[in-house]
Amino acid sequence: MTDLTALTIAELRDGYEKKTFTAEDVTRAYLEAMEAARALNAYVLEVPDKALAMARASDERIAAGAMRPLEGIPLGIKDLYCTKGIHSQACSHILDGFKPPYESTVTQNLWDDGAVMLGKLNMDEFAMGSSNETSYYGPVVNPWREAGGNADLVPGGSSGGSATAVSARLCAAATATDTGGSIRQPAALTATVGIKPTYGRCSRWGMVAFASSLDQAGPLAQTNRDAAILLRSMASVDEKDTTSVDAPVPDYEAAIGGSVKGMKIGIPKEYRIDGMSGEVETMWQKAADWLRDAGAEIVDISLPHTKYALPAYYIVAPAEASSNLARYDGVRYGLRVDGDDIIDMYEKTRAAGFGAEVKRRVLIGTYVLSAGYYDAYYLKAQKVRTLIKRDFETAFDAGIDAILTPATPNPAFPLAAMTADPITMYLNDIFTVTVNMAGLPGIAIPSGLTRTGLPLAVQLIGRPFEEETLFRLGQVVEDAAGRFAPKRWW
Amino acid sequence: MSVDIETVRRVARLARIAVSDAEAETMQGELNTILDWVDLLNEVDVEGVEPMTSVVQIDMRQRADEVTDGGCAEAVVRNAPARENWFFLVPKVVE
Repeated sequence: MTDLTALTIAELRDGYEKKTFTAEDVTRAYLEAMEAARALNAYVLEVPDKALAMARASDERIAAGAMRPLEGIPLGIKDLYCTKGIHSQACSHILDGFKPPYESTVTQNLWDDGAVMLGKLNMDEFAMGSSNETSYYGPVVNPWREAGGNADLVPGGSSGGSATAVSARLCAAATATDTGGSIRQPAALTATVGIKPTYGRCSRWGMVAFASSLDQAGPLAQTNRDAAILLRSMASVDEKDTTSVDAPVPDYEAAIGGSVKGMKIGIPKEYRIDGMSGEVETMWQKAADWLRDAGAEIVDISLPHTKYALPAYYIVAPAEASSNLARYDGVRYGLRVDGDDIIDMYEKTRAAGFGAEVKRRVLIGTYVLSAGYYDAYYLKAQKVRTLIKRDFETAFDAGIDAILTPATPNPAFPLAAMTADPITMYLNDIFTVTVNMAGLPGIAIPSGLTRTGLPLAVQLIGRPFEEETLFRLGQVVEDAAGRFAPKRWW
Repeated sequence: MSVDIETVRRVARLARIAVSDAEAETMQGELNTILDWVDLLNEVDVEGVEPMTSVVQIDMRQRADEVTDGGCAEAVVRNAPARENWFFLVPKVVE
C-alpha cells in the first residue's frame, strides 16, 4: 500500500472518493508515524482514541457519499487553540491542567468540515519565540539536517511543532498562528507552505492571545494547494470576535493555476540587508525570474520604514502581551503557587509559571505602557506602525499586486545557537514582522535548498484579503522550485 | 533610555511577577539591551502621524441586547485550583 502519510490533502480526498483506502487506514498510519517520531518532540499530546473515533465517523460519511471539504483529513493542532476537554496550554507551565470547556472557532470550523484531530502540537511558550526553544515541554527538533551532519536543528517558531509535524509527515497538515512570523518562518525552515492571512480573516475566539492586534490563525501544509484547502475551512466571520471581518470566504483552491500574466511584483530594496547570506539573495532573484518567466512584471519598489518594523514590533507586541497575560494569576485556572496574601500568590505563581522569554516580554511591555513612558514608546511605535502600513499602501496604490521577499535571513540553525542574546533571535523575523504590523496576508513557499541541504523559502505579501493572488503566485514558485522532503533519520 | 535595578523591581511589581535579586540583575541587562535597540525609532519623524489603533478599517459590529449565554457555573469554575461550589477561593484580599 502507498505510504499513506506521504499523500497530500488533495490526494487523500481523491483516494477517499475512489474508496482506495479509508480514513481509519490513514489515521492509523499517522498514529504509527507519530509514535516512531517522538524524538522530534512535535506533539505535546497525542489523542489516538479520539482520532480513531473521528476517523470512523468520517468513514461512515464517505460511505454514504456525504463528504465534507476536510472529511477524514488528520490534522495536528497547535497547543494554543482551545480544544474542548483537551489539554490547551500554549505550552506554558502557568496553564497546567487547563482543559477548556469550549472549542475555538477555527478548530470547530475544521471539525464541522470533517477533519480528524491527531493531537496538540508543541510551540514556543505563549507563541513567543522563533525557534520553539521556549516551550515548557522542551524544544522541537527539525526533521531536516545538514547533509552529512547529525546536529539537531531548530524548526523555527513559534509554530515549530506544526512545521516539524507537517515536514516529517506526522499529520496531513496543521493549524498554526502568526504574530510576527510564527507560521511563515518555521515553514521556511522546514520546506513547508505556511500562510498568515489578512488580519481579521480568521476568528481569534478560543485562541490563547499573545498580541491581539497582530495574532492571526493560519494553515501549515505540504503544498500550496493544501494550504488553500485548509484556509478555506479555517476562515469565517465570527460574532464572538469583533475583529473578524464579514467578507465572503472564497474557494481559495479554485484560484490555483490561474494566470499571473501582467501581475506586477514589487521587489523592495530595503529587504536587501547588510550581511545577508548570498544564497538567500540568489534564491530571491531566482524566484523573481520564475515569476517573470510566467508573465509577471518585476518592479523595484521602496518600503522606506522597513528597518523600523522589528523594533516597533518589540514595543507593540510585548505591550499587548503584558495586558493579555495579566489574566494568568492562579485564581481561575492553571498553576497556583500559594502565598502569604493575594499579591504574594500572584507574584509567586507568575514567577514560577512563566518562562524566561515570556517574563522578559511581559516586563518590557509593562515598562513601555507605564506612566511617563507610554508616549515615548508605545504611542511612538503605533505611529511608526501607521507609516509602515502606509509604505505598503503606497506600493499597492501604484499598481503592485504582490511583493516578493526572502522569508528568513538564514536557514535552520542548531539548538542553543541563538539563545544567548535575545536580539539575535528576534532578527529571525526581520522579513516577516512588517506583514503583521500592516495587517496584510503573507505566504512562505519553499524555493530551494542551501549548499548544505537546508530549506530556504520566499515570501509573497499581498493586498488585504487577496489571499487568492498569493496562492496563484505561490503555485508558480512551487511548480518551478519543486517539492522538498527531509531524509528520515528518526 | 536605560533602566536601573529599582525600575526593574518596580516594573516587576506592576507586572505581579516575583524576581529574586539575581534575576533582577539579569533582567536589567536584557531589558537594557532591548531598550537600546528600540531607540532606533528615535530616528523616525512621526510629526502629524496618527497612531494605528485599528488594523482593518471596520465599524465595530454590535449585537442585539439579549441574553444568549450563561447558566454554566460548573464549566466556569471547573479548572480552578481552589473552589467551593460556584466560588473561586483565594487568600484573604480585604482586611
